[in-house]
Amino acid sequence: MARPIALVDCNNFYASCERLFQPQLRGLPIVVLSNNDGCVIARSNEAKALGIVMGDPWHLVKDRHAGSGIVVRSSNYTLYGDLSARVMRVLSDFSPELEVYSIDEAFLGLGGFEGRLEAHARQLRATVLQWTGIPVSVGIAPTKTLAKVANRTAKKDPASGGVCVLLTRAAQDEALGRLELTDLWGVAGRMAERLTALGIATPLQLRDADPTIVRRHTSVVMERMIHELRGTPCLDLERHSPDRKSIMATRSFGRPVALRREMEEAVASHTARAAEKMRRQGLATASLIVFAHTNRYRPDQPQYGGTRPVQLTVATADTGRLTRAAMFGLDCIWRDGFSYKKAGVVFPTLIKAGAVQGSLFLHPDDPRSKTLMASIDALNRRYGRGTIAYGTATGAKGWTLRAEHLSARYTTRWGDLLAVR
Amino acid sequence: MKDGSLRAGDINAFLDISAHTTAAVPLASTSAACGFPSPADDYMDRPLDFNDLLVKNPAATFAVRISGESMRDKGLYPGDIAVVDRARSAVSGSIVLGLVGGEFTIKTYRMKAGGIVLEAANPDFPDIVITEASAFEVWGVVTGIIRTF
Repeated sequence: MARPIALVDCNNFYASCERLFQPQLRGLPIVVLSNNDGCVIARSNEAKALGIVMGDPWHLVKDRHAGSGIVVRSSNYTLYGDLSARVMRVLSDFSPELEVYSIDEAFLGLGGFEGRLEAHARQLRATVLQWTGIPVSVGIAPTKTLAKVANRTAKKDPASGGVCVLLTRAAQDEALGRLELTDLWGVAGRMAERLTALGIATPLQLRDADPTIVRRHTSVVMERMIHELRGTPCLDLERHSPDRKSIMATRSFGRPVALRREMEEAVASHTARAAEKMRRQGLATASLIVFAHTNRYRPDQPQYGGTRPVQLTVATADTGRLTRAAMFGLDCIWRDGFSYKKAGVVFPTLIKAGAVQGSLFLHPDDPRSKTLMASIDALNRRYGRGTIAYGTATGAKGWTLRAEHLSARYTTRWGDLLAVR
Repeated sequence: MKDGSLRAGDINAFLDISAHTTAAVPLASTSAACGFPSPADDYMDRPLDFNDLLVKNPAATFAVRISGESMRDKGLYPGDIAVVDRARSAVSGSIVLGLVGGEFTIKTYRMKAGGIVLEAANPDFPDIVITEASAFEVWGVVTGIIRTF
């Protein structure tokens, strides 16, 4: 028998984070918007009940649900990130094997807990809720795919109390019998159509299908899915997320950018942000790509997009060096007379900063550069991003994201603490 | 989900946000080049870390700012930062961050014969008697106060 795996998933995570410090939002429909306040990326149960769909543009939702008392928030990733880290920290007390799968989901290996799985899961759930204020659902099964199914059951079935264990064939049959193909982890609409064409219309039929035939007509992914649904693990727990292969920093502008000076600010800010991310992992890069383009969804306006890779002689993690390279790249692609919608910087290949090779005339980052970068990173961490920046990256930042409905960063900024009378 | 989306690989960036506390490293006092090792080397301690004192359980510890006078006589003044531990259970006499009817309040939690009373520590403020209709919960237990001059 495979070792049981739990999937722990935070319930409506972003909405739960907002409610933790604003309890008056409990019971109200909440939507959280994407960067730039574009479209809906998270909903509370009440908002789901109103029929609001993920990805709906906010301006349409606003008109359609005027008067419904819907609460809107810009995404406060600083707050969500901190609360996510707290949840994961609590989870790590409940199993030595933890795979953080996304900001609000984690897989836990529960080998050794057989026989008291349900009690362990209920205690986990209660502890996360008490310590962090975030409600979670727990699904336990022999494979990740079935753990996803179990988690879904734990969420949807009020009688479950937020915990569902699917270890027996009978329990798995019942849970799978209630699902559509597209409810399965990793089955999108198009794949469901292809399976249906093969005469496989339900998750149970998929589980009981011939894996070789399904593989021949779809892919090895579906063959694995069949084994996973049968309780044979094909997906291991990944305890350590691999280092990033590349880093990208890009944002849509809050308003169109037509001034070169503003574009330079934006590209320099993105470079600084990407460089900080890179340093945090002890990495460096020898090349970067700068890009900028106009709004493709405004065909009435003149369109332009430019991309420029820049090669450095020696890999670096120094924001100053990288900013100079990015400014060179921007110089190559910049055209006057366009309203730019988006720009960004990519570090496509990363290497360990300790393994950088020098060249005849250029040296890897010297200790002074490293100390300077460490100081900049520490200051920005302590006093907030952008406290200290290269000259190019400073300015009025008229181009920054729209985040008009942002709640406070209650857990990471002294100035944003909840005030209690 | 273009700009705002998060992929699994990105989580590391988030987890790194967790509070950076002191990063002081004891200075090594000896180096091979300068003669005798310091006799204090065996007695090196880490520098004092105020988090040891204030934070027992980082995942469950939050900070809020006091903005009223209702707990003045217990030494909680406006502008103070209260350390709140959600992992601690309230007992009679605990200072708690409570929620009453959806509003946050800091008071002394007292179990009496008639039920729970949230006591103010200032004669100008009334105690709050919790009834079944009060919609009361303890958000966390206040475990310390930080005030700088």
